[in-house]
Amino acid sequence: MAARIWIFSVAVALFLSFSSGHDLQIVNAERRIDLSSHIVNAFLTLKVENIGKDPAADMLLAFPPTQIKHLSMVQAMAITGKKKKKTYLPLDVKPTEQPDAPNDTGYFLVSFATPLTPGETVTLEVLYILTHSLEPFPSEIAQSESQLVYYRDSAVILSPYHIKQQTTFFKTPSARVESFTSVDPANRAGKEIKYGPYEDRAPYSYAPVIVHFENNSPFVVVEELVREIEISHWGSLQITEHYRLTHGGARHKGVFSRVDYQSRRSISGSSSFNALLAVLPPKVNSVYYRDNIGNISTSHLRTGFKKSELEFEPRYPLFGGWRATFIIGYRVPLEDYLFEAPDGRRYLNFTFGCPLVETIVNKLTIKVVLPEGSKDPSTVLPFTVNQDLQVKYSYLDIVGRTVVVLQKDNVVPTHNVPFQVYYTFKPIYMLAEPFMLVSAFFFVFVASLAYVHIDLNIVKK
Amino acid sequence: MGAKKASPDLLNSSFSFKSLKLKTKQQELLLRVSILGLVYVLAFIARLFSVLRYESMIHEFDPYFNYRTTLYLTEKGFYEFWNWFDSESWYPLGRIIGGTLYPGLMVTAALIYWTLRFLRFFVHIREVCVLTAPFFASNTTIVAYFFGKEIWDTGAGLVAAALIAICPGYISRSVAGSYDNEAVAIFALLLTFYLFVKAVKTGSLSWALGSAFGYFYMVSAWGGYVFIINLVPLYVLVLLITGRYSMRLYVAYNCMYILGMLLAMQIRFVGFQHVQSGEHMGAMGVFLLMQVFYFLDWVKYQLNDTKLFQTFLRITVTSAILVGGIALGVGTASGYISPWTGRFYSLLDPTYAKDHIPIIASVSEHQPTAWSSFMFDYHILLFLFPAGLYFCFKRLSDATIFIVMYGLTSLYFAGVMVRLILVATPAVCLISAIAVSATVKNLTSLLRTKQKVPQTGSTKGVGSSKSSSKVTLDQSQPFQKNGAIALLVGVFYLLSRYAIHCTWVTSEAYSSPSIVLAARGAHGNRIIFDDYREAYYWLRQNTPTDAKVMSWWDYGYQITAMGNRTVIVDNNTWNNTHIATVGRAMSSYEDEAYDIMRSLDVNYVLVVFGGVTGYSSDDINKFLWMVRIGGGVYPVIKEPDYLVNGEFRVDKGASPKMLNCLMYKLCYYRFGELVTEYGKPTGYDRARGVEIGNKDIKLEHLEEAYTTSNWIVRIYRVKPPTNRL
Repeated sequence: MAARIWIFSVAVALFLSFSSGHDLQIVNAERRIDLSSHIVNAFLTLKVENIGKDPAADMLLAFPPTQIKHLSMVQAMAITGKKKKKTYLPLDVKPTEQPDAPNDTGYFLVSFATPLTPGETVTLEVLYILTHSLEPFPSEIAQSESQLVYYRDSAVILSPYHIKQQTTFFKTPSARVESFTSVDPANRAGKEIKYGPYEDRAPYSYAPVIVHFENNSPFVVVEELVREIEISHWGSLQITEHYRLTHGGARHKGVFSRVDYQSRRSISGSSSFNALLAVLPPKVNSVYYRDNIGNISTSHLRTGFKKSELEFEPRYPLFGGWRATFIIGYRVPLEDYLFEAPDGRRYLNFTFGCPLVETIVNKLTIKVVLPEGSKDPSTVLPFTVNQDLQVKYSYLDIVGRTVVVLQKDNVVPTHNVPFQVYYTFKPIYMLAEPFMLVSAFFFVFVASLAYVHIDLNIVKK
Repeated sequence: MGAKKASPDLLNSSFSFKSLKLKTKQQELLLRVSILGLVYVLAFIARLFSVLRYESMIHEFDPYFNYRTTLYLTEKGFYEFWNWFDSESWYPLGRIIGGTLYPGLMVTAALIYWTLRFLRFFVHIREVCVLTAPFFASNTTIVAYFFGKEIWDTGAGLVAAALIAICPGYISRSVAGSYDNEAVAIFALLLTFYLFVKAVKTGSLSWALGSAFGYFYMVSAWGGYVFIINLVPLYVLVLLITGRYSMRLYVAYNCMYILGMLLAMQIRFVGFQHVQSGEHMGAMGVFLLMQVFYFLDWVKYQLNDTKLFQTFLRITVTSAILVGGIALGVGTASGYISPWTGRFYSLLDPTYAKDHIPIIASVSEHQPTAWSSFMFDYHILLFLFPAGLYFCFKRLSDATIFIVMYGLTSLYFAGVMVRLILVATPAVCLISAIAVSATVKNLTSLLRTKQKVPQTGSTKGVGSSKSSSKVTLDQSQPFQKNGAIALLVGVFYLLSRYAIHCTWVTSEAYSSPSIVLAARGAHGNRIIFDDYREAYYWLRQNTPTDAKVMSWWDYGYQITAMGNRTVIVDNNTWNNTHIATVGRAMSSYEDEAYDIMRSLDVNYVLVVFGGVTGYSSDDINKFLWMVRIGGGVYPVIKEPDYLVNGEFRVDKGASPKMLNCLMYKLCYYRFGELVTEYGKPTGYDRARGVEIGNKDIKLEHLEEAYTTSNWIVRIYRVKPPTNRL
């Protein structure tokens, strides 16, 4: 197996070594993969050297096809300075296609802040996040069993460049590791498995490894989240979040025993979870937590200056494969989130992503409901999302409200960054609804006045 | 509270009577309208306790079915609703919803919902359903006002409106969230009666037409319409016997009966019952009698000869009775006219259900009424009612005869069944209002004349020309004045006690949704047991969408509405055999029950168990009814097998059949390992206060699928049969 891959990688290496357009080489690479929750965080430290003759403006990051579809986010930073005087400079990363990518390899293009002159080296720090990459095995467990998962990756870093020296660390949540593929030198110490150091690996080297370990962290997966942010210029922002939640770990098998669950909590249902934490904005008020059939009475709210925390429980503990749907709604004062741009337009500044901590969102839809009469909406976001416009009718609406719909798949907590929606709005529209109500009452009184004074009898008395 | 407001109006209007006449009239109108407006609002907000205490939710059992069908109606439209075959209930039989329900409530709620949406109020249908009952209660107060005005005077009308607004007998069925047929039916009932009385009084076709439509609405809303179709003919008959026959009555009854009957036939669930069922035959008989009466009247007018007429009368009456009797006999014998149903019998004979239909007797609201619940629901009205009757008899008219008959008959039915207190409530309120109004009016007029007396005192010498009654009044003045004031104070004290009692009852007894249970913790804090919804939501989210759930029929509607799963039996108890099959499964040994469950394709079994929390209306306490209903169809199940010396026990002394039947096993599975109360042995059942008799329960064909956090609902999965080797 390994031999075949070596042959394959050497072949493609010969074929592809110059296709990236630049002559770069990675002098030293260190990869730390954190497997302690169901969101896999990988930190990659690369020391890149330009060995060509032309200055290089960018470099490629390569990912195997199994990872590319679970890849939620890639960030890169350049490090300058030594030790304590380190400064981090975020770099622009965007997905790219290579015409002759071997075996559907996916690429990201990292643009350097300043082009790398020949002979110069730079240290990059790359963070990438993988979702749905831990495969439960066995895929069905009973209540008393703990959850074991597979993680598949390569012992060596997939890269279109030559890597002189590299090491990979896997950090598991507990010391219980059932097995791991050995690619010499590889060893395990406590919660850490170390692969490497490996010297001089050719481009596109690949050495598949499987780590089989215990992971009982809550696999909170939101299959679909719809957040509706309704702007009212009367002073508040109403946010309604519809969750469809599931336990994404090993499926629950057989009996659920309440006796075991409540009396032997430590060994029973260790992979299940029954409490969730949502981080809400500060000054939040009128919080509610309900589902299709009514309120759910198990929640606690702690408000603070920087953030508010809503601790809540679904109606029942969630075991593998069990689902729960619920709605969280709250209100925040408008002045903290709505501003006027210098050009007279208004903009909403709000946080993207899902308020639940440590959660994967498979499909996130954010609907920003602008006040009736708003025009020309436009959005500013640090990453690409699908956008759409809709019309929504709410209380006393005649022409309907413009709804900006933002939709993104595979969202992780790192996506909780501010975004802006710009629109134009004339304050006179604010008076439309009160005017309608006032006139309705006015007509009722006029009608009753008329009724009292008009004699509808045919026969005169 | 409302009652207190109603009476000062009388005072005020009489005080200011001396000032400008027109102004007084306007003042009086303003007062009346504002009092009615306040009563209207009061009736609404008094019913909102449950929303404030808990949340805006549907209560109890039947309302969940009504809610589910309303949801269907608003989503799919009327045509689909009318033709809906519901495969989620009564598996494998299913239920034709459109043909087996009274659609009035759902259509009303949907109309309110559509109107609000048209007016750009985007409310949720649940809020509409929750608030339908209070809204109609408010409307009932308005009808009560007009009814009271019709039978007595405006004062009585106002008092009646105020009394009915907060009467516990009515509130019990119309709090926010109690989305049941009765919510709109009482409004329809009172409206029909009012319009009919008005029609009889005026002889006008338009009022009769109105009452026919009111009757149609009532038929569409509730099975209690049978009360109208029997009370109205009875009333007409009484009028005929007492010699109060008139053309007005003829017009009113004929129009109301014919049109009402034709309209009622449009409701599929009622169909041709008006001409085919024994319960409706009285109305038809009275209708024919009216024709005979009219004919005789005409003949009498034509003949102008008393002797000849007497002979003719004898012949016609005999032949009419003969023909009628033969027609009824032939109809009944040939099966065209169905005999009275069990429910009707059980109304006339309170002991009937207990012996013949255990399924009716098993419902707590069908039990005969205890005196305490009369006191609880009527409070002072119980004493005011006879007083009101006295006033009615003192001033007999067509209208007062009606209210007396309505009051007496409905009070009898209220004594037979607890839930029928509701029907009697409007009558009791109206008659009591007459008592209050008449008393207060008499007393205040006494006071008023006294106030005039000092003024005339200066001209006392000239006062000899005044009527002698005034002189006698003057003589007994000190005693009368004090007496009148004391009595007035007494009346107001009673009315304020009534208001306090009503508020207390509403808040303590009638505002619990019964789906969420609340208790006081050790430190006085409020503990919520939300186990029902926990279990139903678990079913909804974590079982296959085509799973069939078997439970006792009480929970059927809730499982389909909240759990969205198919049930074997539900609260629409139309098929006794099917319910008996479930009862039999619950009371059999596990392997016998397994065969029954397999034959019904059951995937999950749901039981309600209160042993951990001390919740007493659980399945173990209902178990004897399951045995009785099951045994009523399947003689294999015998009640004595589950009793020890006629006593129902679950502890060590229980009968072996009891300790090993399916219900016992499912309720107490692994309960023996649990310590429920400090200082008590394991497996101590807090609902019954005993240590259970069988702590080592093994399940062979079922496995625990889910148990809620307080153990109130336990769900078991039925395992597929093991492979035969």
